[in-house]
Amino acid sequence: MQSSGKSQTDSNSTIHEHVACPACGLLCDDLTVSRNASGILEVSPNTCARSVQFFQRPLVDTSPRIADKSSTLQEAIAKAAEILKKANQPLIAGLGTEVQGMRAVMQLADRTGATLDHMNSYSTLRNTLVVQNSGWMVTTLTEVRNRVDLLLIIGTDIVSYNPRFFERTIWNSETMFDQDTSKREVVYLGGRGLDTSQGISPAGVKPTVLECDIEQLPDVTAALRALIAGKQLQADSVADIPVAELAKLAERLQAAKYSVVTWISSAFDFPYAELTVQNITETVIKLNEKTRASGLPLGGSEGDYSVNQTSTWISGYPVRNSLQRGFPEYDPWQFDAERMLDNGETDALLWISCFQPEKTPPASAAPTIVIGHAAMQFEHEPDVFIPVGTPGLDHAGTMFRIDSSVTLPLAGLRKSALPSLAAVIDAIEAATQLD
Amino acid sequence: MLIKLTGGKVYDPAHQVDGKVTDIYIRDGRIVEGQHDGEKIDEEYDLRGKIVMAGAIDMHTHIGGGKVNIARMMLPEDHRGDLVAHTEHCRAGCGHAAPSTLTTGYRYAEMGYTAGFEPAMMPVNARQTHLEMGDTPIIDKGGYAMLGSDDFFLRMLTAKQDQNAINDYVAWTLHASQAIGIKVVNPGGINAFKFNQRALDLDELNTHYQVSPRDVLKALSRAVHELGVPHPLHVHGNNLGVPGNMETTLKTMGASEGFPMHLTHIQFHSYGTEGDRKFSSGAAAIAEALNKHKNISADVGQILFGQTVTASGDNMRQFANAGHGSPKKSVIMDIECDAGCGVVPFKYKDQNFVNALQWAIGLEIFLLMEDPWRIFLTTDHPNGAPFTSYPHLIRLLMDKSFRNDTFAKLNLDAQAMSTLSSIDREYSLYEIAIMTRAGAAKLVGLHDRGHLGVGAGADITVYTDQPDREAMFAKPDYVFKDGELVVRNGQVVKVTWGSTHTVRPEFDRGIEKDLKKYFDRYHTINMENFKVRDDEIAEGGRGKVIIQACEGRREKSE
Ligand code: SF4
Ligand SMILES: [Zn+2]
Repeated sequence: MQSSGKSQTDSNSTIHEHVACPACGLLCDDLTVSRNASGILEVSPNTCARSVQFFQRPLVDTSPRIADKSSTLQEAIAKAAEILKKANQPLIAGLGTEVQGMRAVMQLADRTGATLDHMNSYSTLRNTLVVQNSGWMVTTLTEVRNRVDLLLIIGTDIVSYNPRFFERTIWNSETMFDQDTSKREVVYLGGRGLDTSQGISPAGVKPTVLECDIEQLPDVTAALRALIAGKQLQADSVADIPVAELAKLAERLQAAKYSVVTWISSAFDFPYAELTVQNITETVIKLNEKTRASGLPLGGSEGDYSVNQTSTWISGYPVRNSLQRGFPEYDPWQFDAERMLDNGETDALLWISCFQPEKTPPASAAPTIVIGHAAMQFEHEPDVFIPVGTPGLDHAGTMFRIDSSVTLPLAGLRKSALPSLAAVIDAIEAATQLD
Repeated sequence: MLIKLTGGKVYDPAHQVDGKVTDIYIRDGRIVEGQHDGEKIDEEYDLRGKIVMAGAIDMHTHIGGGKVNIARMMLPEDHRGDLVAHTEHCRAGCGHAAPSTLTTGYRYAEMGYTAGFEPAMMPVNARQTHLEMGDTPIIDKGGYAMLGSDDFFLRMLTAKQDQNAINDYVAWTLHASQAIGIKVVNPGGINAFKFNQRALDLDELNTHYQVSPRDVLKALSRAVHELGVPHPLHVHGNNLGVPGNMETTLKTMGASEGFPMHLTHIQFHSYGTEGDRKFSSGAAAIAEALNKHKNISADVGQILFGQTVTASGDNMRQFANAGHGSPKKSVIMDIECDAGCGVVPFKYKDQNFVNALQWAIGLEIFLLMEDPWRIFLTTDHPNGAPFTSYPHLIRLLMDKSFRNDTFAKLNLDAQAMSTLSSIDREYSLYEIAIMTRAGAAKLVGLHDRGHLGVGAGADITVYTDQPDREAMFAKPDYVFKDGELVVRNGQVVKVTWGSTHTVRPEFDRGIEKDLKKYFDRYHTINMENFKVRDDEIAEGGRGKVIIQACEGRREKSE
């Protein structure tokens, strides 16, 4: 009863069911993963290109390195501890990890007075700042799957970030309230040349597509917000979109019973994007005066949401934050890892990336420790490299889904000699306490 | 290892001990009879003149889970006023309205509390709640699983499934979410809000399911009782904060048809509509009804003045209240066909008529309620005030002149509407010990906590008797957790990890067939992943899972 089945935790078995996939923020947990004779993991039947790539990456056997020379794990840990101990302003960045990894990192940061930044902060902060400034009304994936009647997608195709979104939550065959999902309406607002094919309903109904350059979203979302608030617009068009079209969209939103307005913050690649997120969320709040509507931030990768949540309950703050002065401080500008590295404000960089070998640290003059995916390759060899396992492949873990209300266990699916990030961080922390 | 606590004045209401000087012996984390022959005492504490009680238990405090973390994330400006640097024993964090988990554990312990229960754990969010409680050191914890607005349950009610099936589902939920009780929030109302209903009275129907809050309360209170779960159904009623809601509350007391029920933060549900401003105290009527209904207990949810944040599963009411927020921001969520949440920062002001009267209403209820075993000391942390204000609240209850002096400084119109200054009662130490220890343990179903009898877990708090009760309760001399000294002079001297208390009533696992079908058809997560495993709670040496007994399980109903 209390165990979620042997297959979840036993890395000897060759077939694992209801496996959660950490490759994007949807965290689909309907995957079956089997290990073939050569040890490669195969995913079926519910796959997407992104999950296939994630699970099928072969296990690489790399040993730790100090200054590009192979070392034992103990030596590498000792060297990493030495670098951190010497540093006055250590920076722990990248942070591609999940809950247990971040828990360990928080403790090390407390001990060493480190600053913390996630590689996706530039994007997640666009949402966080809105929560801190005005709040929002949002919903979660199971609600969407059962209730949405009008989906408004702002500035993205969704599928390049969350490949199975439509399959799992829009065109699902059944809903709890006997809705005919093929009648669900989909509107894309903003962006150009997006792949809107997945927005076509099973009955062949095409989505409404209102295109504009992504940089024009601030104007377009402000116009929609004004229309929903009952204001008259003087212009005939906003960013090439006829106001009449926006007015029609506003009417559809007002007529819908449970509309969902979604966006992906990393797609909002323009300055002050948080103000556009706020236009969206305030539009949703306004709609709720009469009917029901909800926001749904999507995207998510590299454990960004898990790291933010864990950091928030342990210190009070999401990233970017710092324990340099002995107590937590939060400052999205000051504790920007790239800015600190560019300005020489840090004297040791610990870079973490457990999910993707491609996520290597930015070039820096500071002594650099990398703890990450065993297949990582570097243009500039770090002072210390410690390969670790990937949660959800090599060892168990816990991950937050993009809608932040659901956390799921990640399974260890194969035998791996690679240590977990938490184990390595704990050992480094212990070593920093030795004289 | 044998510890002797010598000569303290002991208040142990579970054994009717009212200030008797008694020695207490602790061996291996438990209270024992005394020395074996020839056994030597390893440590002795001279407690002559000191007050000794069991560790205090907060039976309703929002310390973990989604909405609490949203509150933390929303309030960097509040954290800035109370940043906590690391010390030799403790790690850094933040305090005040939405404290970080570590700081929460330290501060509870430093106030002599050794357990706290998260009252609004959404089953789908249970894993996160346990993760956060797992990072809350020293104190024991547990959660009440929220049911009543979840679509699976409402479908059962609509389909008129029999009580036995409902009992099985309730039991399954307790197991899956690792909970110790069942909570219902705005019964059926969180769900109704998803269908765009904006209010739901006790006998009003959910437009989709055609069931009323009364139906929900009846089915759930009976299920909890028949499963033998010690903690009665924990009820956050309909119409929270609405003037005139005392009528709903009075009717709600009868809705369980005699089954035990706990009405939480009852202060927020005790409002009348008298006076020029159509807002008045319903405390007298509510207390009278509580005195009469022996199957009903309540905690107060006292408000105290200052900045805080309200965090609730009741998104219907929180949406309605969002405009009153200060600073003005709010997070409102629908969640996973399971429930919802609403977080609204709030500032209670002593010169505001409504807030001042709310303050008085809470105290009136405390003072008019005759049976201290059925009323509990809470601020509904952080909704009425942060838990760190408990010592102040205790002083208000124990010290009439202090209470009246405070009252005299409030909004004058509110003073005119309250009978508070005419109430002479002062709580005794014995009564405080009932409310915060013996009664709380009994209510939650912690069979070996909240008392100082032989066999109890050695969670013990020692105070210096001071006339200023606020100072006294703010800074205990010693706090022992499972027999280890964790606090000395109000400061943490050792960090341990408390346990997580659960119940696991027996049930017919056949219910999983229906549940699996439901998950597979409608949900976005797999049923197996919904369940929180023991090792997820007890990982990395962070304490253990304790299963409290469900005594008195009733035969299945026909
Ligand atoms: S959609 Fe995302 S979570 Fe789901 S299988 Fe694909 S990559 Fe994994
Ligand atoms: Zn509460």
